[in-house]
Amino acid sequence: MSSPGATPGSTLARLATAWLILIAVTAEARSQTLVADLSSHLIAITAGFTGTEVLLFGATEGEGEVIVVVRGPESEVTVRRKRRTLGIWVNRGSITFEGVPSFYAVASSRPLAEIVQPEVLSRQQIGVDNLQFQAPEGIRESRLKKYHDALIRNKQRAGLFSGEVGQVTFLGERLFRTEIYFPANVPTGSYLVEVLLVRDGEVVSAQTSPLIISKIGIGAEIFDFAHNRAALYGVLAIIGALMAGWSAHLVFRRV
Amino acid sequence: MQIYLPIAEMSLNVFLLLGLGGLVGFLSGMFGVGGGFLMTPLLIFIGVPPAVAVATQANHIVASSVSGVLAHWSRDNVDFKMGLVLLIGGLIGSTIGVILFSLLRSVGQIDLVIGLTYVLFLGLVGALMLFESVRALLRRRRRPGAPRKLHQHTWVHGLPLKMRFRKSRLYISALLPIGVGFIVGMLAAIMGTGGAFLMVPAMIYLLGMPTAIVIGTSLFQIIFVAANVTFLQAVENQTVDVVLALLLVIGGVIGAQIGGRTGARLPAEHLRILLALLVLVVCGRLAYEMTAPPGDLYSIATTEGGL
Repeated sequence: MSSPGATPGSTLARLATAWLILIAVTAEARSQTLVADLSSHLIAITAGFTGTEVLLFGATEGEGEVIVVVRGPESEVTVRRKRRTLGIWVNRGSITFEGVPSFYAVASSRPLAEIVQPEVLSRQQIGVDNLQFQAPEGIRESRLKKYHDALIRNKQRAGLFSGEVGQVTFLGERLFRTEIYFPANVPTGSYLVEVLLVRDGEVVSAQTSPLIISKIGIGAEIFDFAHNRAALYGVLAIIGALMAGWSAHLVFRRV
Repeated sequence: MQIYLPIAEMSLNVFLLLGLGGLVGFLSGMFGVGGGFLMTPLLIFIGVPPAVAVATQANHIVASSVSGVLAHWSRDNVDFKMGLVLLIGGLIGSTIGVILFSLLRSVGQIDLVIGLTYVLFLGLVGALMLFESVRALLRRRRRPGAPRKLHQHTWVHGLPLKMRFRKSRLYISALLPIGVGFIVGMLAAIMGTGGAFLMVPAMIYLLGMPTAIVIGTSLFQIIFVAANVTFLQAVENQTVDVVLALLLVIGGVIGAQIGGRTGARLPAEHLRILLALLVLVVCGRLAYEMTAPPGDLYSIATTEGGL
């Protein structure tokens, strides 16, 4: 901060500071109405990984419904459309979307439409239908929608976007829990698990927990090695294959 | 028992992969072909991304060709000079093939090109083989490709850079094996096969090499072409999955031994008809997939981030 003075600018600065403090205090007060945590903040993809469930549990202060939103790291996704050309199906035309979460799942204690205003769902991007991605400018609305829907459909088919809203169960008045399922093909990266407390159609409190999904063990080492030392990896793969072929010859020559 | 494949980024059953390696190894041992043209489509059928299937298969071929060439070498059935000349073309061809591969992958057409080359060449080779072996079976007399060889004779002799290949008992232009090596190398990179099913007919009918020398020599040069493809795919696309390759190799070498013994008990014409039918079935399945209306017209690919 600059030193206090009589200029109009510094008055503005002081006002801004006061406002920031106010926001911070309110946020703290709001966060106390909702506490939640995950059973694990790290999902390790090992050689035998076939998908896993993470338990999310928490407590609310007072009345309200709970919505849980899980988002994977954002990436760029290209959607391609096939057209029949000379009897075969060929990829023609594509749109590249940015800001597409690699994974997306929602759970709620009651059906979303019953507890939150549609505008809020849309603004907070809650529910697969309310997801928004950035597309290049100047694409016809109807065409864009087809590609957008196709992206979601493909992600759902791969099990990476939840088709249905999961169930958040209340144990008594205040304690809640839900299980988030991550399939075997879950992308790695930093995930965000957002827990929202809803009252009278509005989000009154929110808490965000990080969740890391990463490859662990020999699989991770192979993947990193293949990407960081690609040339050496290629050479070793060849040497390995030469040895395998040679030893196979030695073993079976005697049989 | 599931195993996570680190490059394909998916879990598959260990026994399924060993079994697949074994099955393809069995067929390749029985019919004397590399089996890459069967393995790549099979891997794609069970869900391995085509780019990973093609690149990993190249690594698998290195292993199977080494054990094959050692067996042929001990019987003195390898023409190293011819192998080296083929290799010159093969290395250039496979390098261009890998560059083409990454280019096509970035514009989203690699699956189409892999599919098309498979349908075209499997259809061609399968049909020719079936025709030849049925005719041979009917006549009970073997005259492999005699009319074709005569047809090629004239312009083969007109080419410059003549070389003597003692073991193959040939005196032909070096451009011919270089050209054959080039085309097969390029296809090997795109299709993820050793290209034996193209190389062997080309060597017999186009170059006129003695059949006994053909398989060993073809295997010898395929080791280097496949190694080149493996290396370039690893550097360019990072799509070589060593875990997948290892499982396929283990299944493959066992299958090949059993297949080799089974094949020795069956008559040659029957074997060739069976192989031709197998090739045509794979071809038909791929052709059907390309022409049948897809379940979803749209497909997605993560192009950046989200590793």
